Amino acid sequence: MSPVLQGILTIIIGVGGCVGYFYFSNILLDKVIFPAKGPQAGRNINRANQVRPWLFLFPAMFALGLYLAYPVVGSFWRSLFDRSGNNFIGLGNYFDLFNESTFRTAVFNNLLWVLFVPAAATFFGLLIAQLTDRLRWGNIAKSLIFMPMAISFVGASLIWRFVYSANPDIGIINAIRDSMGMAALDPLQVPFWNNFLLMFILVWIQTGFAMVILSAALRGIPEETIEAAIIDGANPFQVFFKIKVPQIMGTIIVVWTTITILTLKVFDIVYTMTGGNFGTHILPSYMMTYMFRDDGRATAVAFVIMILVLPVMISNIRQARKEMR
Amino acid sequence: MDNIAGQNSSSKVLVNITVLILVLLWLLPTIGLFVSSFRDRDQISNSGWWQAPMSVDLNFRTRVATDNPREENGVFVLEGNVFADPSLTSNFPDGAGTVAAYGTRAVAPAEFAAGEVSELRGGGTLVVARDGSFRIETPEALDRGPTLYFEARTPPKFTLNNYRTVLFADGMDRAFINTLTVTIPATIIPILIAAFAAYALAWMDFPGRGLLIAAVVGLLVVPLQLALVPLLTLHTNIGIGQSFLGIWLAHTGFGLPLAVYLLRNYMVGLPRDIIESAKVDGATDFQIFVRIILPLSFPALASFAIFQFLWTWNDLLVAKVFLPSSSEAQVMTVKIADDLLGSRGGDWGILATAAFISIAVPLLVFFTMQRYLVRGLLAGSVK
Repeated sequence: MSPVLQGILTIIIGVGGCVGYFYFSNILLDKVIFPAKGPQAGRNINRANQVRPWLFLFPAMFALGLYLAYPVVGSFWRSLFDRSGNNFIGLGNYFDLFNESTFRTAVFNNLLWVLFVPAAATFFGLLIAQLTDRLRWGNIAKSLIFMPMAISFVGASLIWRFVYSANPDIGIINAIRDSMGMAALDPLQVPFWNNFLLMFILVWIQTGFAMVILSAALRGIPEETIEAAIIDGANPFQVFFKIKVPQIMGTIIVVWTTITILTLKVFDIVYTMTGGNFGTHILPSYMMTYMFRDDGRATAVAFVIMILVLPVMISNIRQARKEMR
Repeated sequence: MDNIAGQNSSSKVLVNITVLILVLLWLLPTIGLFVSSFRDRDQISNSGWWQAPMSVDLNFRTRVATDNPREENGVFVLEGNVFADPSLTSNFPDGAGTVAAYGTRAVAPAEFAAGEVSELRGGGTLVVARDGSFRIETPEALDRGPTLYFEARTPPKFTLNNYRTVLFADGMDRAFINTLTVTIPATIIPILIAAFAAYALAWMDFPGRGLLIAAVVGLLVVPLQLALVPLLTLHTNIGIGQSFLGIWLAHTGFGLPLAVYLLRNYMVGLPRDIIESAKVDGATDFQIFVRIILPLSFPALASFAIFQFLWTWNDLLVAKVFLPSSSEAQVMTVKIADDLLGSRGGDWGILATAAFISIAVPLLVFFTMQRYLVRGLLAGSVK
């Protein structure tokens, strides 16, 4: 069967199945199991209402459990076994990884990514949000800077090849070097700094996200506080850093953590730009070198990523619980 | 606040210029890709895309025909024009151009300036004038005409050839359809499942609700990488293997936390009165959900749909793991990253075109639905 037909069929079965499940399970509950009639009508209605939330929740909970909660445990369990999956080797995979210099480079680079990308994206986002705030063509400017959000990491990598290429007729960097009489070089092979060139691609994509959210937060600041500061003689910089920034600190932190989490998952940029060569591996791209070859190692790397995410996860859950109260 | 102090006209100009520079900086790489996708292959490798509207010096070759040599004062003369070669008509449609330099060896195609007389290796002389006319004088008749190389100024040339190659010869059409096949079910199916769950979490009372919401927030940040190995093993064990069905299920699972979180946040904000008066009138939860909540939540549903669409369309990781790597099942991102970058690594026109085709649909969705996208982002993170 052609995949297109299969896709259409899946939509029909998927959507129809969902609607059917919710509709008929509700009927079953109300009419057959706890019918709202007869001597126990009142009790039956209450019981049905106790069960109903779980009917609504079941498909989502099942999918979440199977596709996200189970893998956390399953991955950890798998990482304790060797390549074949038959021999239990405890933390052997982890010890082997830490003895590998590429893995240590990947961890180091990943820390650089996690520090640099959210900081730079938030900085540029805040800067642009503030500058475009009172501009007549601000919305057009914002929409253009927001645009890279829609572009895939693969597409973005190709786009940036037209900046980083070693060929002075393709890459802008080398074209500028060429016009100043300097010899061409491959920017992606410059040790250490090539990491930042890759990071900048992600900054380019994420700045729009930071800008949109921070710009809404800036708009939400009560005008009186700013007016009062200006009347007291504050200059624009003082107004920005001492009045505006403290009031949107909460939003800045949300933006920062959201980008941090994303940064820990992105493997596409390194994969398409350098393939992890020239000392640019990060953990997600490093994991892909083991994927399909050694599941034990691959899951061990994935679990190291999970450990890096853990602090953010805990703080997010805390934050959510605080808001619910 | 323009009417109160703190702003003057010179700082306004400065702000305008700064924003303009930033916007150009952000836009420039994408423009480069767009321009390059319309350029001729030879032009791309000889001048940067920023020079696209200008003429380029390109190298050409032509073989001199030996069919009608003349004999003048004891030497054999061959005359003609390099631009008359029929194989060059696509570059010089009117059969005329300007030669900057010429040569007789492929390694030095621009050895001599136009008009300069050069010695032929087998004896004799050659001269190519600026207008392309050449004159070869040899002591004996040539049985094989020499190959001439010359450098000529060619006008800027924009073609749709790259698009033709990518779409019809390189299998990108197949990849495009595959991407659509992956994306549409993976966008539609999670919405419905998530909407019911979000309603339960927002408006139904049951023990453990707070815990479930916290769990959803927690799952929101679980790295995808963890799920790859265990789920692929699971899919293989239950017979799905690497297939479209597998990737639909995977995308559905991975998209759910965001969907539930986003929709719940939105539904909680709906007015309590409407829901309670519907209950008083005897509506069941199912009716309330279908008749009231779903229509009112349309903006949130739309914004999640856009997110999920962009995310599944742009995804490389999940497609690499959950789809077979054969070319019949490749989506565009995999096709570009694994296929084109390898085999067409130096063909920038093809790469740019493939990339542009793959980002065209998301860009279209982005610019037409930007309002919903922004609303969804704000619902998710600003409180």
